[in-house]
Amino acid sequence: MTALDLTPRVASSGPTTSDTLALVGRCLRRSTRQLDTLLLAVALPVMLLLMFVYVFGGAISAGMAHASYVDFVVPGIVLLTAGYGASSTAVDVANDITGGIMDRFRSMPIRSTGVVTGHVVASLARNALSTGLVIAVALLIGFDAGASFGGWVAALGLVALYVLAMTWIAVAIGISASGPEAASGFTFVILFVPYVSSAFVPVDSMPSVLESIARWNPVTPVADSVRALLLGHTPATSTVLAALAWCVGLLVVGRVSAGLLFRRAR
Amino acid sequence: MTEPIIAVRGLRKSYGDLTVLDGLDLDVERGQVVALLGPNGAGKTTTVRILATLLAADGGTATVAGHDVRTDPGAVRAAISLTGQYAAVDDLLTGEENLRLMARLSHLPADERRTRPARLLELFGLTDAARRPVKTYSGGMRRRLDLAASLLSRPQVLVLDEPTTGLDPRSRGDLWDVIRAVVAAGTTVLLTTQYLEEADQLADRVVVIDHGRVIAQGTPAQLKAGVGAAYVEVVTAAGTERIETDGSLDDVARILSGLDAREVESWQVRTPTLDDVFLTLTGRPADETADRAADDATPVLQETR
Repeated sequence: MTALDLTPRVASSGPTTSDTLALVGRCLRRSTRQLDTLLLAVALPVMLLLMFVYVFGGAISAGMAHASYVDFVVPGIVLLTAGYGASSTAVDVANDITGGIMDRFRSMPIRSTGVVTGHVVASLARNALSTGLVIAVALLIGFDAGASFGGWVAALGLVALYVLAMTWIAVAIGISASGPEAASGFTFVILFVPYVSSAFVPVDSMPSVLESIARWNPVTPVADSVRALLLGHTPATSTVLAALAWCVGLLVVGRVSAGLLFRRAR
Repeated sequence: MTEPIIAVRGLRKSYGDLTVLDGLDLDVERGQVVALLGPNGAGKTTTVRILATLLAADGGTATVAGHDVRTDPGAVRAAISLTGQYAAVDDLLTGEENLRLMARLSHLPADERRTRPARLLELFGLTDAARRPVKTYSGGMRRRLDLAASLLSRPQVLVLDEPTTGLDPRSRGDLWDVIRAVVAAGTTVLLTTQYLEEADQLADRVVVIDHGRVIAQGTPAQLKAGVGAAYVEVVTAAGTERIETDGSLDDVARILSGLDAREVESWQVRTPTLDDVFLTLTGRPADETADRAADDATPVLQETR
């Protein structure tokens, strides 16, 4: 082995796509190393699904028009999981900042937003896994998806958009949080938001105050649209537009504030 | 004389009412090792963060390798490597994976990207731990991996922010050896430290900063000459006395033989500390680190009864 060369050199400074790919690879690898977190992200949704269908389902569906509660609740579980999975990005980003590795990345000749892109792509990948598993288990226990191929694509596309929006909000929160512990508080907030929506029960079954909150909850139009699409129905145009407006709106707010906070952190 | 590789003029930074940098000037010649010495809160880390393009200054200018940190941060980043106070490595990845990632992000040529990580792991004695996740590493191993990551890119300027704080004496010595090798290869090093001994061991020039300004600079020898060399500290019922010595056995023996063994409660030979430098330069102790510096005073010989 020849001696290690320590002679100074000038690095090529231009940021490349290869940088971003390397950072995406880093975050995917991290996801596979946090086995407890990954198992929780995969097992929790399936357990919630089984609990809602078999424990609460009988009582809930007694008062509902839907033929079977599993048909109603699948989109709710998917969105709950997606929001929760996305929100853990806040902890990852906060970890990078307090741990010092963000400083290293930012002092390297790369576009440092690639670090964040890595986390966002990893979040999408983790959610694709958990969503796929929830739907597979749901189909096994009698979820009667009547969707055409186009319906599936539209439903999953909307879920992906929702995940993307929640992930970018999580990134902004992770950058502004004082540390990973503070950022993890956000994951709990996100975990509870879907309960006051049409994700698990129809909103008109709630007391009037909660009903109005639930009608304005962004999860409601998204859940209603995904539910209709998966069951092979045509969702109301106004519902789909509301769902898209919320997702795109939250995505823009998250993306822009993450960018501003990232720059201000200098 | 060639252009300095780091040139800082009138650098200012404040957070609200708190002034951290108050018109700091600094020149570092190519190939030099310069130590920024000062207590906590003196502005060392802020200076380093501005030079590493992590923080924007409120006023003044700074260029690194001929590039302005404000207008051309990309070119500055291509020339430097930063090792901060916290080991900036990914806990969940292995040591080897960390270095491979950094090698790719440093835009090393393909052949070096393959070979350099393993060689650096070897240089830092981490070969056996290469395939273990970093979260299983000790503090010293993390610091070594961190420095290895900084050396991957063969930087022109290596910036080290308190590189050995919290390390045991042996790891500290090992790290110093690596820094010397890097310097011998032509790298410019800017390091911050709270330890006069570290500055003494490594630096060609020491810049003492306090409250965001340079209060003294020179070679380690020049600085210590101003403070005085070693001294014998003698504690008696009457109080503590300091007797200057050149540190040689003959001189210490001469001083000790002049003492009355029945009166002396304890004695030791001490070398000047950061606190002594501060006391001499400012007429007051380096308040924020007074306690710590007292602990760091290196007892060369000691006897207590």
